[in-house]
Amino acid sequence: MAKIVLQREVARDFANGEAEIEILADDVRQLIKKLELKFPGIGDRLRERTAIAIDGEIFQDPMLQPIHEHSEVYFLPMIEGG
Amino acid sequence: MGKEEQFKTATQSAQSSGYKVVGTRPIRPDGIEKVTGRANFGSDYNLPGMLVGRIVRSPHAHARIVSVNTDKAMALKGVKAVVTSADFPEIGPKARGAGEAPISFRDLSRNVMAREKALYDGHAVAAVAATTTAIAEQAAGLVEIEYEVLPHVLDARESMKPDAPLLHDDMFTKGLDPKPETASNINQRFEFGIGDIAAGFAAADVIVEYDFTTQCVHQGYIEPHACVANTTEDGMSTVWASSQGQFMVRNYSATVCGMDISKVRVLPAEIGGGFGGKTTVYLEPVAIILSKKAGKPVKIVMNREDVFRATGPTSGGHAYAKIGAKKDGTITAGELTMEYEAGAFPGSPVQFGCMTGYAPYDIENVKTVGFDVVVNRPKVAAYRAPGAPVAAFAVESALDELAKKLVMDPIALREKNAATEGTQSAYGPKFQRIGYLETLHAAKNHPHYSAPLGPNQGRGVASGFWFNIGGESSAAMHINEDGTVEVVTANPDIGGSRASMAIMAAEVLGIDVSRVKPLIADTASSAYSMLTGGSRVTFAVGKAVCEAADDVIVQLRQRAAKVWDVDIDAVEWTDGAAINTKSDANDSLTLAAIANTAGKTGGPISGKANINATGAGPGFGTHICDIEVDPETGRTTVVRYTAIQDVGTAIHPSYVEGQLQGGAVQGIGWALNEEYIYDDKGCLQNGGFLDYRVPVASDLPMIDTVLVEVPNPGHRFGVRGVGEVPIVPPLAAVANAVAAAANVRMTDLPISPPKLLAAIDGSK
Repeated sequence: MAKIVLQREVARDFANGEAEIEILADDVRQLIKKLELKFPGIGDRLRERTAIAIDGEIFQDPMLQPIHEHSEVYFLPMIEGG
Repeated sequence: MGKEEQFKTATQSAQSSGYKVVGTRPIRPDGIEKVTGRANFGSDYNLPGMLVGRIVRSPHAHARIVSVNTDKAMALKGVKAVVTSADFPEIGPKARGAGEAPISFRDLSRNVMAREKALYDGHAVAAVAATTTAIAEQAAGLVEIEYEVLPHVLDARESMKPDAPLLHDDMFTKGLDPKPETASNINQRFEFGIGDIAAGFAAADVIVEYDFTTQCVHQGYIEPHACVANTTEDGMSTVWASSQGQFMVRNYSATVCGMDISKVRVLPAEIGGGFGGKTTVYLEPVAIILSKKAGKPVKIVMNREDVFRATGPTSGGHAYAKIGAKKDGTITAGELTMEYEAGAFPGSPVQFGCMTGYAPYDIENVKTVGFDVVVNRPKVAAYRAPGAPVAAFAVESALDELAKKLVMDPIALREKNAATEGTQSAYGPKFQRIGYLETLHAAKNHPHYSAPLGPNQGRGVASGFWFNIGGESSAAMHINEDGTVEVVTANPDIGGSRASMAIMAAEVLGIDVSRVKPLIADTASSAYSMLTGGSRVTFAVGKAVCEAADDVIVQLRQRAAKVWDVDIDAVEWTDGAAINTKSDANDSLTLAAIANTAGKTGGPISGKANINATGAGPGFGTHICDIEVDPETGRTTVVRYTAIQDVGTAIHPSYVEGQLQGGAVQGIGWALNEEYIYDDKGCLQNGGFLDYRVPVASDLPMIDTVLVEVPNPGHRFGVRGVGEVPIVPPLAAVANAVAAAANVRMTDLPISPPKLLAAIDGSK
């Protein structure tokens, strides 16, 4: 199962403070769908304003990126540079 | 050894890749135009019948707009249009744009033109367009605005107090539990971290803690904002604008004006500096609507005072840092709490400060908390690694004090705790291949680090980090009949990207770079490309250029295969030519030869790539700074400065060196000179370069640079973004040097002579 880590404010607002979860998902889209089933309302928030780090690589606008069985996935703010 | 020779820029590159073009220094493609003044910037465009636009700005830091009467202005002969917020559609709170990161179009619209309130001195309240500059300025003065002046607040911590003047009565702090029922000026609380911070401090033998304050500073681009808009009767608007992204200008302007995106075409002008400050719009929507109402093109150019009063600086704020370590120097805990000024609307980069402050270090227990706070200042905009410099100022200054307490060399302390591949970062994900340790080694072994110091001189070291990004990028490549190549991308060149695109195209194609012409297209002539920012263009657009070149090579091989009547698998592409591997004589056809017969073999040859580039590797830098302090006046002089950075692969080393030098200079100015000065009414007093003091060439020595090349595995040439990291270390490098020279720890920037002198006198 992949280790999924939510941003703390997202966990507080949608997941009763549960920031670390284990989920099996093939890609980001499937992951968000499964998170939505577990925590209703979280899907829109995650689709709209987050980047994702999968095994250390950051994706700014994720949907189809694959997630492997033992991946570490962190939801992050979208990075805005200068 | 003479001073010039001693401080001559040196590039010590560890890269030996065998590239033919990558890593060379061809003359920049835009050089002749720039040095002869023929390059067209935003204010250089003129159209027949063009009007002059002027913005009417609030003279108050905080005021309710009771009424706006434009009758007298409109009646003045020569005035063709006047606009107020009534000319822009109301945008709901849920409308969010997506560029690098989501923005609130509601806030953007209100920043472009105030509605219910003026929220800072200089906030746009109306605009006029007239036949001459003099008439436009006179008309601006005739717009009658009734204000109800309100109390104002300029400091983040003051703004967080319950009795602070409230900027937005619908702002309820996000990120708090329970959710607050009373509105405040705190937009959001952020928290990041790993491990157990209490346990980390409990395990420490030594703890240091300091509270730091910084002022908001401006990006200081030499070219003010400028644009020309021509809106015609069919509802189409063409805009010429200096910006960091023509597609961003199109999207933002169309949305603020209530137009379909397809109705706006944006042609990118050359840009005289951006640094993040031109990743938004101020004038373009106003010019579009003025032009629509007047039926003529309209040009609006900011003066320098407008730029300071009304365009985003970066946040000032407060940062409390606490670090614990074992006697052997192992850091056991790192804490950071920050309050950043967002300006009039929410959206400071405090969360990036939280994420980056401890990022260079492998620490088990980290807790970073940030507050995004609105104040009556212009809304902040991105400035080179937004949020990171202030966080690094706090952490790297505290580390310097920790090194003193541990009696450890400051570089050795950082080496002992350096993040490497596989380290869990302070914001969560594990790092892949990074080059931080290499920058520390390079700093330790650099002659600067062991050079003797003179009287009243001190040396400081500091490090810094930035993520770098990829993003949506497009490139097209057209082969001309004579075999020369046009590379077309859609990103304004703010740091030498044109040259880098040409170099990468030439490397992949195997031809001389002089045969490649880079061009920057407008929004109607290119597929979408995300703006120029985030240190992304050489990496991400470069990737697209390489893929477009790959596309072209496939076509060239196909054409050669047709000429030779062989299968494409028999054709290889090497050193700019197709080779027939089935031929005993190894027949070859150059790119020029294939191009010359393109009509016979199938038509024009053109390649493209439209990607969302991923794999951007983060960057790290370490800087060494020597400062001399005059103990009688508090004046500081930077006597030597070295910027060392992991740059991945330097496509054009001169540009990369320039990025390091420029970022260092901006950071030095931030540390020593720059601040906004407001009077007791909240009105800006130093809105010009005479009194807002940025470093100039005569203030500083040559900035020495060391390009450490740890190739990024996410790019075929190993490119990492380089533009943002160099502004992160200087604030603390300078402060640490001052501490060494004067034996006082300055925690309040800028370290101006009066403040330093007071600290020196106070320490006696």
